[in-house]
Amino acid sequence: MDWYPLLNSLRIAAISTVVVYLLGIWLADVVARAPRVVKGILDVVLTLPLVLPPTVVGYLLLVLLGPRRPIGAWVMATFGVRLTMTWYSAIFATVVVSFPLMYRTARGAFESFDQSLADAGRTLGKSNAWVFWLVKMPACRQGIIAGSVLAFARALGEYGATSMVAGYTPGSTATVSTTVYQLWRTGEDGLAFQWVLVNLAISAVVLLAMNMLEARSRSARTREVAA
Amino acid sequence: MTALEVDITKRLGSFSLGVSFAIEQPREIMALLGPSGCGKSMTLKCIAGIERPDSGRIVLDGRTLFDSAARIDLPPQQRRVGYLFQSYALFPTMTVEQNVQAGAAGSTRKERAARAAKEIAAMRLEGLEHHKPAQLSGGQQQRCAMARILASDPELILLDEPFSALDGYLRWQLELELSDVLRGFPGGAVYVSHNRDEVYRMCDTVCVLDHGHSDAKVGVRELFAAPATLAAALISGCKNVSRAHAAGPGLLACEDWGVTLRTSLPVPAGVTHAGIRAHYFETHGADDASDAVENAIPCTVERVIDSTFSTIVMARTPGSTPLRYECEKDDWAALGNPARLVLVAPPATVMPLVSSGNGGAGREGASHA
Repeated sequence: MDWYPLLNSLRIAAISTVVVYLLGIWLADVVARAPRVVKGILDVVLTLPLVLPPTVVGYLLLVLLGPRRPIGAWVMATFGVRLTMTWYSAIFATVVVSFPLMYRTARGAFESFDQSLADAGRTLGKSNAWVFWLVKMPACRQGIIAGSVLAFARALGEYGATSMVAGYTPGSTATVSTTVYQLWRTGEDGLAFQWVLVNLAISAVVLLAMNMLEARSRSARTREVAA
Repeated sequence: MTALEVDITKRLGSFSLGVSFAIEQPREIMALLGPSGCGKSMTLKCIAGIERPDSGRIVLDGRTLFDSAARIDLPPQQRRVGYLFQSYALFPTMTVEQNVQAGAAGSTRKERAARAAKEIAAMRLEGLEHHKPAQLSGGQQQRCAMARILASDPELILLDEPFSALDGYLRWQLELELSDVLRGFPGGAVYVSHNRDEVYRMCDTVCVLDHGHSDAKVGVRELFAAPATLAAALISGCKNVSRAHAAGPGLLACEDWGVTLRTSLPVPAGVTHAGIRAHYFETHGADDASDAVENAIPCTVERVIDSTFSTIVMARTPGSTPLRYECEKDDWAALGNPARLVLVAPPATVMPLVSSGNGGAGREGASHA
């Protein structure tokens, strides 16, 4: 069995999770502190990919990034780099699709954050960055971790937008999910089933890891309170 | 030199804050006293730089922290103002030591650690350095928060209802401790509270805040002995107030009680109310020749309430509003549970009051009695 699709899926999901993590907490923090009207509009825009069909996301990405489209043509002319139909093209798709999961869980955590903790840090002379990374993020770590895991799992399983933006080229753009479809389509049921098992195993491991993290932080909390 | 000078306004929806006061003495502890929602915490947040006033000035030891005209608005980090939050705001993921070190003054890591250790020892938190805030008792949490503030070398300490999360005996213990800590602090302090007893015990001066507007600052004893405004009288625990107007020199016509009373206190020009504290009355039986006694108010007993350590009598007056009279249980028993009663308010106990501002608090006045 050729393991390329698994490696490709894992690197796409890993890179996409890093991007989504940074973008997600930044925008969640911005939105959590924004005035009401701005908040409402931003929230709709940022959550939209969660409810849009992945094919619509794929279509919009192609419209922007295609070799003869505004951004795609500019990048091609400037850097000589093609944005679609390469292995990393899938990262655009997974970032957009998994972003709302990170953003929404992080925003929920930030909104329930006790603002007086941040105010205390600032009156003690600590910089806003110090307060954010050493007080706010640790206090919200549960939501941040949950969001990252969900975003990673979603990126790993992304099919619709990926197949439109990156296509299916064995040994190049093939991911686990596009491979399953391709094998099924070409009648290689047995091989498709093996990849289905791989997919199930990864998903189970991800969810298990998340539950363990949750249980650990819960027991740590009860220990703190009980002591 | 003025230690702290505050003169700010801020609008928040339909609520408007207009506060002006100054701390002049080096170690003065000033109370901001008022009911919930009167703008006390908002005032503290403006001083600390957490909230931004719409206009005005805040000056601390000659440093301008905020000046809307000069467009000065120092960030909280540069104000050197310590803030004790209602919930203490200890960083939950850090240990006691890390919390205190977070704000500690000093140019090197070693100096900061030494400073933190000193304050931890001073607040009797030794042995708890590696505990998380959730593992501490309420009192230890408060001491930890104070250690963190003191280690940061502030010029002024703001305290926001430091005992609201506690009750009973523990609260009393902590009050004694905090009082000692504040007395040892070389700068000034602003103490926000709605508890008049706490303020009387812990503070030197008091500024009453009523619906976002501050009265003139007075000494605590002065506030309780002779409050000048209706808001001050109510917050200092005066249970009886009536709308009133001047009716000749030293005379107040009290509309809600239907009587005219003599006062030995100076009557200001714009007097609007009169107040009498519930335990300052003297009583006469109804059969006495009450006409001969000055400031006698003939009443019928409406209701007798047996309270913890005293008896409270609601007495119907010739006017529309009853008076509240409080006395020792034994004294009431000695009167023999009368149906009619003459309450006498000695002229020194009849307080002429001015209702500051228009509309809002206690304008329905007498119903507060």
